[in-house]
Amino acid sequence: MSDMLTPVLTDNWGDERSWTIEAYEAQGGYRALSKALAMSQDDVIAAVKDSGLRGRGGAGFPTGMKWGFIPQDNPNPKYLVVNADESEPGTCKDIPLMMASPHTLIEGVIISAYAIRANHAFIYVRGEVLHVIRRLQHAVKEAYLAGHLGKNIHGSGHDLELVVHAGAGAYICGEETALLDSLEGRRGQPRLRPPFPAVAGLYASPTVINNVESIASVPSIIEHGPDWFSSMGTERSKGYGIFSLSGHVTNPGQFEAPLGITLRELIDLAGGMRNGHKLKFWTPGGSSTGILTDEHLDVPLDFEAVAEAGSMLGTRALQIFDETTCVVRATLRWTEFYKHESCGKCTPCREGTWWLVQSLAKLEKGEGTEADLDVVLDQCDNILGRSFCALADGAVGPITSSIQYFRDEYIAHLTHGGCPHDPAASTLFAPAGASA
Amino acid sequence: MNPTEPSEGRASDRGVQKHVLNRIDDKTVGELREIAARYPHKRSGLLPMLHLVQSAQGRITPEGIETCAEILELTSAEVSGVATFYTMYKRRPVGDFHVGVCVNTLCAVMGGDEIYDRLSEHLGCGNDETAERREGDTATVSLERIECNAACDYAPVAMVNWEFMDNQTPQSAKDLVDDLRAGKEVHSTRGPRLVTWREAERVIAGFNDDLANEGPSAGPASLVGRNIARERGWTAPGVPASNEQKGEGE
Ligand SMILES: Cc1cc2nc3c(=O)[nH]c(=O)nc-3n(C[C@H](O)[C@H](O)[C@H](O)COP(=O)(O)O)c2cc1C
Ligand code: SF4
Ligand code: FES
Repeated sequence: MSDMLTPVLTDNWGDERSWTIEAYEAQGGYRALSKALAMSQDDVIAAVKDSGLRGRGGAGFPTGMKWGFIPQDNPNPKYLVVNADESEPGTCKDIPLMMASPHTLIEGVIISAYAIRANHAFIYVRGEVLHVIRRLQHAVKEAYLAGHLGKNIHGSGHDLELVVHAGAGAYICGEETALLDSLEGRRGQPRLRPPFPAVAGLYASPTVINNVESIASVPSIIEHGPDWFSSMGTERSKGYGIFSLSGHVTNPGQFEAPLGITLRELIDLAGGMRNGHKLKFWTPGGSSTGILTDEHLDVPLDFEAVAEAGSMLGTRALQIFDETTCVVRATLRWTEFYKHESCGKCTPCREGTWWLVQSLAKLEKGEGTEADLDVVLDQCDNILGRSFCALADGAVGPITSSIQYFRDEYIAHLTHGGCPHDPAASTLFAPAGASA
Repeated sequence: MNPTEPSEGRASDRGVQKHVLNRIDDKTVGELREIAARYPHKRSGLLPMLHLVQSAQGRITPEGIETCAEILELTSAEVSGVATFYTMYKRRPVGDFHVGVCVNTLCAVMGGDEIYDRLSEHLGCGNDETAERREGDTATVSLERIECNAACDYAPVAMVNWEFMDNQTPQSAKDLVDDLRAGKEVHSTRGPRLVTWREAERVIAGFNDDLANEGPSAGPASLVGRNIARERGWTAPGVPASNEQKGEGE
C-alpha cells in the first residue's frame, strides 16, 4: 500500500525559487534526461507503456501506446505538442505545475520528443496566464543555455527545438485537433478523424499530443522505473495524479495521490466541508463529467470506478458544492459556458447549446411545466453522440446528471416560481445566518 | 462608460491610446517577422503576431491585420477570420488594466457573481467596457466576465491583465480597481507587480520581460496536499521523506 498522498510532481512546488534550473537540478532534476538519452528510443517508449501511464488530460488513453502509433517510416518530421490549454471548468493542476516547476514539464518534453524522434516540440499554453507564460519562456531559455535543448543534446545526436506558444482564449482549443488547427494559425475548430494526429497531425505530419501532467510524469517513470509507477494506483489506473479540490471545502487545493483515492478521503484532507455544511453535489473531473452526489463519496477515483458510477474521472477536477448551492443555477451557468465556447462548426452543438440555455433559463426562473424537463432531456438526446466533437457531449453531462439526481429541485423552481435558494448563502463571504 | 467605436485613425483620449496614427512602426514589423520565423511553417505565428499587434496598437487594428496578412501571404479576410474567433483579441481598446472576473459556475457560486455586480456598479461600466477616466486617475480600467481561468482552488478569482488576483471579495475587488486607477503599484497575489495590458500582450507574444523571477513558487492552495504529506511523512514509494521544511507558503 502506498501512502495516502504521494507528492512527486508537486513535491518541489514550495521550494525556494523552484522554477529555476538551479533549484530543479539541485533536487535531482534532469537526471532522468541523462538516463533516457543512454537508453534506446524504443526502450523509453516501452518503459512508458509498461508503467501503465494513461493520459492525464481527460480521456485516459495509454500514453506509451499513443507514442507507439507514430509511424517511424513516415518521411515527414515528427512533432510533439503539449496540451497546456487547461480550460475545462474546475481544472487547475497544469497551471500551478508550470508556474512552480516548468522544468519538470520541459524535462518530460525532451525525453518524450527523443522517444518519438521529434526534433520540434511545442507547448500550447492558454494565453490568459501571463506569469505562467513568463516562467515557461524563462525556463526554456535556461534549458537551451544548459544544453538540454538545441542541437546534439549532450552528445546524443538528438536535436530539439522547443517553442512556447500562447493561445488567445478559446476553450475548444484544448480539444487536440482544434489545438492543431489553432497552432497552424487558424480558427480553432476540430478536425475529422481519421486520420488521427499520430499519422497526420501538425502540418499533416505524425504528431503526439499529450497533456502537461502526462508529459511531466515521464521523467519520474524513467528515473524510478515503470514498476515503481505502477506500484501506485489501481488495477487498470496506474500511478499518481494531481487531484484538485475546489469549492465548499475548508482548505481547497492540490492533492497528489495514487489513483483510486476517494472523495471522502480527499475532503477529510481538505479539512472537511466548510463550517457546518453538507456535501450536495460534485464533479469528478471538470464540468464535462456528469455530477455525482454524497452517495458517491467512497467511489475509488480511478477511470473504471468513476465510469461505473455513471460519470468520468476526467481531469480529477473535484468541484465541491454544499447544500446552499442551487443545482439548477450551477447547471445553467455551465450550459452558458458551452454555448459560448461552441466553435460553431456543427449544428447540433451550435444550435443545441443555444436552445439548452433558453430552456434552462426558463426553468431557473420557474417558468414552464414539468414537461419542459423532458423537452430538455430530449434536446440533450439530440446532441449527445450526434455532434462533431466531445465538447457537445460534455455540455449535456451536467444537465442529464443534475436532472437524474435533483429532478425535485428543478420542480421546486416551478412550484416556487423561481429559485428557492439564497445565492448569498453559497458565497464565501456569506452573511452570518444565511442559509439555503 | 466610455463607448469607443473601432473607427480608424481616431485617437482616443485615453492613456492606453497614445498613437494618433495606426501605422505599424518598423520595429514592430521586424518583430512580427521574427515571430513568424520561430515556426517551421510561418502561418503558425499568427496568434502570437496578433498579440503583438495588440501590444503595439492597443487593439486589433485594420493595419495590424493587413501587416500580418502581408507577412504571412494571407488575405486580410483570412487573418480577420482568425482574429474574431478568439476572445483575447479586442476590436475596441481596453483599459490600461483589464479586469476579468471569473463567473464560471464554481467562482460564481463562491461569490464571483456578486463581485462582478458590485464592481460593475462601482466602475459604472458593463461587460467588455472601459470605465470612464475620472479627474486625477492615472490609469484606466476595463471589465470583462471571464470563464474558468484554472485557479478554482483560489475562488472567487479575478484576473488583471491575465495575472492572478486570488480569493477576492466585493470589497477587495473595489479596492483593487481604485488602487489601479490611482496609479498605485499593485502585485498579483501569485506573481509580480502588475504591468499594463499592452506590456502583458508583448510577453504573451513571446517577448519576455524580466519578471519571471518575481512572485512565489506557488500560492498557498497549491501547496495544501504537499504540506500535509510533509507533516505526516507521506511520500511516493522509495522516495525518501524530505525533512526540510523549506520554501514559501509553509
Ligand atoms: C472540448 C475539449 C477540451 C479539452 N481541453 C483539454 C485541455 O485543456 N487540456 C488537455 O490536456 N486536454 C484537453 N482535452 C483533451 C484532448 O483532446 C486530448 O485528449 C488530450 O490532450 C490528450 O492528452 P493525454 O492523452 O495526455 O491526456 C479536451 C478535449 C475536449 C473535447
Ligand atoms: S461539437 Fe461543438 S465544439 Fe465540437 S465541432 Fe461541433 S460545434 Fe464545434
Ligand atoms: S471557476 Fe473560476 S477559476 Fe475555475
